[in-house]
Amino acid sequence: MTSSPLSTLGDETARALAAIEAADELGALDESHATLVGRRSAFVALQRSLGTLAPEERGAAGATLQEARRRVEEAFAARRALLESRERQRRLDADRLDLGDVVVAQVPWRLTLGHPSLVASTQRELEDVFVAMGFKVADGPEVESDWYNFEALNIPPAHPARGMWDTFYVDLGEPETVVLRTHTSPTQIHLMEAAVAGGTLPVHSVMPGRCYRRDTPDARHLAAFHQVEGLVVDRDITFADLAGVIETFTKAYFGEDIDARLRPAYFPFTEPSAEFEITCTICRGAGCRTCSQTGWIELGGCGMLDPAVFDAVGIDPEEWSGFAFGFGIDRCAQMRYQIADMRALIENDVRFLEQFS
Amino acid sequence: MKVSLNWLREFVDLGESLEELREALDDLGLVVEGIEHVGEGLEDVVVARVQEIRAIPGADRIRLVVVDAGDGPLEIVCGANNFVEGDRVPMAPVGAVLPGGFEIGRRQMRGVTSNGMLCSASELRLSDDHAGLMILNDVDAPEGTALLDALAITPDVVFDLSVEGNRPDAWSIEGVARDLAARFERPLRAPRLATTNTATPSASVAAAGIEDPALCERLTVSVLRNVIVGPSPTWVAQRLVGAGMRPISNVVDASNLVMLELGQPTHPYDAAHVAGRALRARAARSGETLVTLDGVTRELARAGRGLGDTGVDCVIVDGEDRVLGLAGIMGGAASEISDATTEVLLEAAAFDPMTIARSSKRHALRSEASNRFERGVDPNLALRAVARFVAILSETCSDLEWLADPLDVRGQAPEPSRVTLRPGDVERALGTVIAEDEVVRILTALNFRVERREESLEVTAPSSRGDVRRGAAGRADVIEEIARLHGYRRLARRTPTWAAPGAITARQNLRRRLRDTLVDLGVLEAWTPTLGSDEDFDLTHPGLARVRVTNPLAADESVMRATLLTGLVRAWGRNLERHRGDVLLGELGAIFIHPDLAETPRRTRGGAGGTVELELPVENERLCVLLAREDDDAASAVALWSVISARLGLADVVVRSNDNVAAGLHPTRGARLVDRASGAVLGVLGEVEPSLVERLAPSAVGRRLGVMDLDVDVLADPSRATRRSTNVAVPSRYPTASMDLAFVAPPQVHAADLAAALAGASELVESVTLFDVYAGVEGGRSLAYAVSLVSNERTLVDADISAARAALLKAANDLGATLRA
Ligand SMILES: [Zn+2]
Repeated sequence: MTSSPLSTLGDETARALAAIEAADELGALDESHATLVGRRSAFVALQRSLGTLAPEERGAAGATLQEARRRVEEAFAARRALLESRERQRRLDADRLDLGDVVVAQVPWRLTLGHPSLVASTQRELEDVFVAMGFKVADGPEVESDWYNFEALNIPPAHPARGMWDTFYVDLGEPETVVLRTHTSPTQIHLMEAAVAGGTLPVHSVMPGRCYRRDTPDARHLAAFHQVEGLVVDRDITFADLAGVIETFTKAYFGEDIDARLRPAYFPFTEPSAEFEITCTICRGAGCRTCSQTGWIELGGCGMLDPAVFDAVGIDPEEWSGFAFGFGIDRCAQMRYQIADMRALIENDVRFLEQFS
Repeated sequence: MKVSLNWLREFVDLGESLEELREALDDLGLVVEGIEHVGEGLEDVVVARVQEIRAIPGADRIRLVVVDAGDGPLEIVCGANNFVEGDRVPMAPVGAVLPGGFEIGRRQMRGVTSNGMLCSASELRLSDDHAGLMILNDVDAPEGTALLDALAITPDVVFDLSVEGNRPDAWSIEGVARDLAARFERPLRAPRLATTNTATPSASVAAAGIEDPALCERLTVSVLRNVIVGPSPTWVAQRLVGAGMRPISNVVDASNLVMLELGQPTHPYDAAHVAGRALRARAARSGETLVTLDGVTRELARAGRGLGDTGVDCVIVDGEDRVLGLAGIMGGAASEISDATTEVLLEAAAFDPMTIARSSKRHALRSEASNRFERGVDPNLALRAVARFVAILSETCSDLEWLADPLDVRGQAPEPSRVTLRPGDVERALGTVIAEDEVVRILTALNFRVERREESLEVTAPSSRGDVRRGAAGRADVIEEIARLHGYRRLARRTPTWAAPGAITARQNLRRRLRDTLVDLGVLEAWTPTLGSDEDFDLTHPGLARVRVTNPLAADESVMRATLLTGLVRAWGRNLERHRGDVLLGELGAIFIHPDLAETPRRTRGGAGGTVELELPVENERLCVLLAREDDDAASAVALWSVISARLGLADVVVRSNDNVAAGLHPTRGARLVDRASGAVLGVLGEVEPSLVERLAPSAVGRRLGVMDLDVDVLADPSRATRRSTNVAVPSRYPTASMDLAFVAPPQVHAADLAAALAGASELVESVTLFDVYAGVEGGRSLAYAVSLVSNERTLVDADISAARAALLKAANDLGATLRA
């Protein structure tokens, strides 16, 4: 009886495993790959010797060999990962910097020119106009429940009016209960609720912020955009006050020669509702392509607060009345700075950003 | 909605110019989005008879056609093949300008001259048929007749109007005409209507019923006999084409025409295919299906994904309870009108708007009918619309019979709203006085019923105005109608004033301060996307719960960002490729933390009626700056922070280095900004993790990018970001003594802690400033401080200074630092 061709397998395996365990350098380990498990290893030689076995014995012997080789390969990989992470840690340790030791006076600081975002500076200009008119400025969250974004604004579930807003829904709660706010109007509800709870009515506020609509971006629209919303709840507020505020704002922001006018529209949260148009800022009312020769361009929506909204927040419409308005901050910037393509606002090209002061 | 001016003029006299009409419509809230001129450019086109067709040698696509257009033979080259000698076709002579501005010239082709152009219907903008020439053999007009006369086309103007959601009454020609008639104070004419013309009662041959009265407000079924299906009269076809609809057959066209004209959708069924000649409205049952006219099999009564959508579908069934159609949305194929139809059951109904809206959304099926039903169709319009349908169909079916007493079943329809207008209500809402007579005139012209009472006007909305609500809301609805017809542009303006001053909040002021400081220091402000990919999210927050959008525009825009860093590095990388990477790039904005990971998730109300408590993501406002100029690194971020800290007046914030301070930051070159008094972390400083740079800005591998990432929520909170006292200390008048002290400190001793220990060592210490660090020292590194000493009471003597020095050394020793030899 001849000795099995695999009689040395146990020794060879143990030897390879020991060599792997002993390797301390990633480079050295990699160099030994061929002799330990690769094409110059004992396993390859043993594989060849299997040919001497009777065909019916080859299968079992081959499996034994493969199993041993797999164990060595696994050990090799594990050792390699360990050495690699040690190497990385060594590099990181060598690179370590204690930021507490930085002497600020010794840090070189080259003078470069900074530039604010066009949206942020437009928002600030708008805020300043409204603050001068007596408005407070309020913030609100970008993720809202359907109640604040829709239902409290008199847009119940499945109401066709919800189709006016292409909504991004968030995967929280029941389907369609959490949304990326489609307008800044939910902040109105938060403000009125807080004023009712705190007994601090009246409210005179504007609410700027980022909103989202599920709308493929093009030269005029972005899926994320910025709006500013205005809300007044006070005694004896009428549509005339709304029209007056829109007019005062228009002249203060766009210039004395720019007028505003209202035309009937529909928004579920205001009644009567209006779209407001301003004198075309390009042709100053003479008629041009931008305004389709009408001399007017649409800026935003507004109206008297709907009694259903007062009902949702618990304000007595016999005692209080109010109005709301809203329009796009980005759109104001587009009109004022003649931005041909709104997508430039989100591309963050330095050549675009550095044009603003 | 496309509205023909000629059609409007059938209802009301309109002598105004186009510009005046556009103004009036805009001012009525029927916004004109476009104006189209029909028949313009057809003035020179005439009817021509094809006398002869000849091949042109060497040309297989075009032929020479000899036509007679009244003035003898004319040779014209033509590429169409759908005609034979003897046919009559439209011909545009040389010099004619077709719709769209195409001018016909005399042209040479393959050695022959073409003296005009033979036209297809689409070239004349009469239909979208461009398969071949328009064939005029059925038109009774001799050669040379102007095409406009031959086809009885009157030049027209079509307004494209945008009709608002609260104007169910305005979704029709008659509705628009009613607004204009009311505005111009003119009468509104009624259209020609038919009456039933046989004694046979409808109930003797057909049946109608409503099983679910909540879903169907009214169902009428009329029986029409002796129907001959064929083409519509030209005027009907033209009206439909002008409104953007395709003529199909006289029956279907009459249905569509009535819908456009009066706003009532009707549905004609082939009576032979309606079992029992019975139509009933009921809720679909689970498991029922329907093949709609568009060939799609619809599973009915399945709850939808939409909020509160329980899956109610209203269907029309026949006498054997088989589903014939999705009520108010689309019919089924089985009972469709065909050329063989001779008897029609005409359904004219009104359905619950919300049911239609939900079904239409759930089945993603919108039709002209569903658009109208979901806004609310006047339940009292049904039989008037049928009378109009019959009048139109009779033009092509001379023996048409409309059986007596159409079947008419009522379900639940809301009562018309009644609203009380008290004296002063209009003025209190509008700030403009509108005389009571004017109020009554306006409302009456809009079909509201107005009763004058001693102390009020009692206003009842017409059944066409389902949008008018009750109570205070209804009063606002009615006042809007008064304002609309009176004219918004005529309403008063007044600028209100109030006592409370305008102001921005402390948080908003902080934002302004941060932005101003950063811009002054050279930062460009970016705006990077809120929504990104899972892969990008996993770069900094591997495997963590994320806030996901269920219906993103693209798969890689579905996750809300949990850091500003990723977007900034990406944006910077694109600039680097344009060789504009030598910048500081920053952003101020929110990141979103999944409620499962938030310490205190934001709770709010939601769900139908706002009755469910929801957990929303925590929105954390961050300020992130990428310092990417050539020589920037973590130290640059420290310098940037030192300016911000000073500008915000922060009392004592330590730059505390640690390994792995934050995801996305270099593991051994980062620090937390710790407020010493509160222990709060205000943000992190450091460098971008090299592998992140490799993934997001591959062309920058190996480059150090400094980063400062501040938590604006913490910065805005004075209990966590402690401010220096606003009280100003007047400096001592006595001389200052200064000394430089260099210590060897082991690595675990923070330079700031040592500075703090020195500052507290003696009451004479006025300031301690680190001015040099030297790493090559055994036992740690050398930290050199400039210490100044002063007393508020006297000039220091040597003994004071040596005592202070000893105290300073002791304090350092207590921390493990020794004076460097
Ligand atoms: Zn213009």
